[in-house]
Amino acid sequence: MRARVLVRPKAGILDPQGIAVERALPALGFAGIGNVHVGRMIELDVEDESQLDSLCQKLLANPLIEDYEITSVEE
Amino acid sequence: MKFGVVQFPGSCDEADALAACARVGDAELLWHGDHDLKGCDAIVVPGGFSYGDYLRVGSIARFSPVMGEVAAFAREGGPVLGICNGFQVLCEAGLLPGALLPNQSLRFVCRQVGVEVADANTAFTRACAPGEELSIPVKHNTGRFYSPDPVRVVFRYTQGVNPNGSQEDIAGVANEAGNVVGLMPHPEHAVDLLHASTDGLKLFASAAQVPAGA
Repeated sequence: MRARVLVRPKAGILDPQGIAVERALPALGFAGIGNVHVGRMIELDVEDESQLDSLCQKLLANPLIEDYEITSVEE
Repeated sequence: MKFGVVQFPGSCDEADALAACARVGDAELLWHGDHDLKGCDAIVVPGGFSYGDYLRVGSIARFSPVMGEVAAFAREGGPVLGICNGFQVLCEAGLLPGALLPNQSLRFVCRQVGVEVADANTAFTRACAPGEELSIPVKHNTGRFYSPDPVRVVFRYTQGVNPNGSQEDIAGVANEAGNVVGLMPHPEHAVDLLHASTDGLKLFASAAQVPAGA
């Protein structure tokens, strides 16, 4: 399986990267943009899908400060 | 009294940490790939950019072979100090509570700051007076401490100097037992008359149980 893991800052934790992007957009002429958050995406091939949750908790995300979401990538 | 200073690929403050430790005891470099603490009585995890800060600061270093030994040493009550990236590594390893997030300003900060000793009963603050103010430099990009749960606060930035937006001005914390301490400021850069201050020496002297003036 080709898996895609999306990691994002937990709601309620200040996300200065998101704020910086949000503030930059009006300067470029884009209006009506809000609630921007910056996370990261990790893609990986995995033979045993049951490992995914554990590897997200142990390495790919820090559950204290980040939420993650695992999806399957269509080949 | 022998200090061990851990070196990861990407560490950069191990030389200053060794020099600081050597002022109050013996000091030896520990390579991250070893399974051996070489009989050290206290461990320092120094600053830098272990594993290039890839993925998340400190997240990969904690899987280094030597960190397994450091974790066992800490569980047995051995004194362990994490400085800057070392603090981040100890949080990621679960040896300290909380996590470090990017500075609120999104800027790298590098300056001398005032740090108040909030808890003088830890392995690394015994030589300090409660409430004592130390002058120590910070230099980091990811120093905003966050914890959803109450923690044992050891150091706070003095009023008005919080350089990163850290929760409750927290600059350093300890585990419940007080043998593991982590802080963002760099005490190893404040140990010589040529530095802006020698206050950092007190942390190393605390672990070595010698007077801070040594």
